[in-house]
Amino acid sequence: MMGEGRKSLRNTIVLIGGLLIFWQLMYFVVGDVAMRSPWQTMRSTVELARTDWFWLDVDSTMRAFAAALAIAIMLGLLIGFALGLHRLSAEAMEPMLVALYSIPKITLYPIILLVFGLGMSAKIAFGAIHGIIPVALFTLGAVRSTRPIFVKTGRVLKLSKPAMVRSILFPAAVPEIFTGIRVGFSLTLIGTVLGEMFASQHGLGHLLMNAIGLYNVEVIMSVTFLLVVFAASVNGILLAIDRRLHFRA
Amino acid sequence: MSRATLYQIGVVAGFVLLLEALCLGGVIDKITMPPPHRIAIDFVKLMRSGKLYPEIGKSLANVLLAFVLAYVVGIATGTVLHGFKTVRETLDPLFATYYAVPIFAFYPLFILIFGLGDGPQLLIGFLLGVVAVIVTILNGLDRVPRVLRKTALIGRMGPFETATHVTLPFCAPYLLTAAKLALAYAFIGVIGSEFIMARNGMGYEIGFAYTNFDNATMYPLIVLILLLSIILNGILTHWEKRLLARRGQQ
Repeated sequence: MMGEGRKSLRNTIVLIGGLLIFWQLMYFVVGDVAMRSPWQTMRSTVELARTDWFWLDVDSTMRAFAAALAIAIMLGLLIGFALGLHRLSAEAMEPMLVALYSIPKITLYPIILLVFGLGMSAKIAFGAIHGIIPVALFTLGAVRSTRPIFVKTGRVLKLSKPAMVRSILFPAAVPEIFTGIRVGFSLTLIGTVLGEMFASQHGLGHLLMNAIGLYNVEVIMSVTFLLVVFAASVNGILLAIDRRLHFRA
Repeated sequence: MSRATLYQIGVVAGFVLLLEALCLGGVIDKITMPPPHRIAIDFVKLMRSGKLYPEIGKSLANVLLAFVLAYVVGIATGTVLHGFKTVRETLDPLFATYYAVPIFAFYPLFILIFGLGDGPQLLIGFLLGVVAVIVTILNGLDRVPRVLRKTALIGRMGPFETATHVTLPFCAPYLLTAAKLALAYAFIGVIGSEFIMARNGMGYEIGFAYTNFDNATMYPLIVLILLLSIILNGILTHWEKRLLARRGQQ
């Protein structure tokens, strides 16, 4: 176990080093016109972090993201359990959810804007629709593949449906649900930022679009860098928890 | 028809009828969304007029190109990578985190580097799809039985021949899964990029229609994109299932 952990740490470090070298090489090729080197980007990121307006945008994105994620997880669990408990529904709806998963949801954004209006709630809704489906799909799969003996034990004990979910199906499904939440986390973040890119007055997505208009290479590099680092490191942590949960199960 | 199919038809029909009722009843006002029957009429009109065919053609051509690039590069990379265990292990953390990274966030950077045109869109579509293809192929290659590889050795096949004659054909279901993923990502990448910032294409037209309150163009276009991606996805899924069923791996 210990050796495994050290190995993956070594791989991660080698990989990060490799990506930094790649970045630096790209910078040599592309030049100052459209890129900054890793070192320059770190410095402009620090400078960006000293300004107040940057933190207002971060705050706006993070609040929308947190709300969207909460909604995605709750609705995803609800849909997953509701469908998973009923065999025909699960069989019929699973392929439909998969199909929904593969459509370019960004085209639905104008509809969401028309429904919710320009602003926070549209961003939240757009982030949430990205995250709901993976959470629902993983939950649905987990509920359906619960070991039959667990369910039978519940029946023998004459558990009611809510009790069955609470004390048997949910605990048995936790590892899978966590995987769903991990995937949902990333997609919700993408959804929220995308929403800001298309129509919003605040947030990191808006900052990015604004920077294209102003041809502000520093801001584009720094914000992209921060988003990638944030997404990758949170995912790394979630992945570690995820593996542990699956290992235990 | 199976019960599940009837159920699916029921869900879709129920959803459309519900929207129709909400629109006609005034719960959803006309500016937000025209009733579904109106969208259907607009759809037919738009398709008959043919005025958006150049945009549709351009988007689909880019989707196809991004798909082919991601697919071919992905399969080639995956096949080569399978032979280099250490490189593959080093790249594992990248594969595990790749889809957590908002690839679309790179779009502004790509616009700066390549200029506003097809390049950045293709690159986004390609980048979204290629890793999914690599991971799927690696997964498939891991399952090739040792005896097949040994047979290839006995037949004195080189690495290239082994891949094209033995291992990749064995991975046929995985190749299909990879195609499905690459196509879905190509769609999302190209249409999404057009939508964020572009000069033409379906995604751009939707954004343009939105800013002009042109619901008679916007809704039919959205429906067209949804139908295209669902139908293509459906065809590949169906094919994949048949292949798996034939191999008794359902």
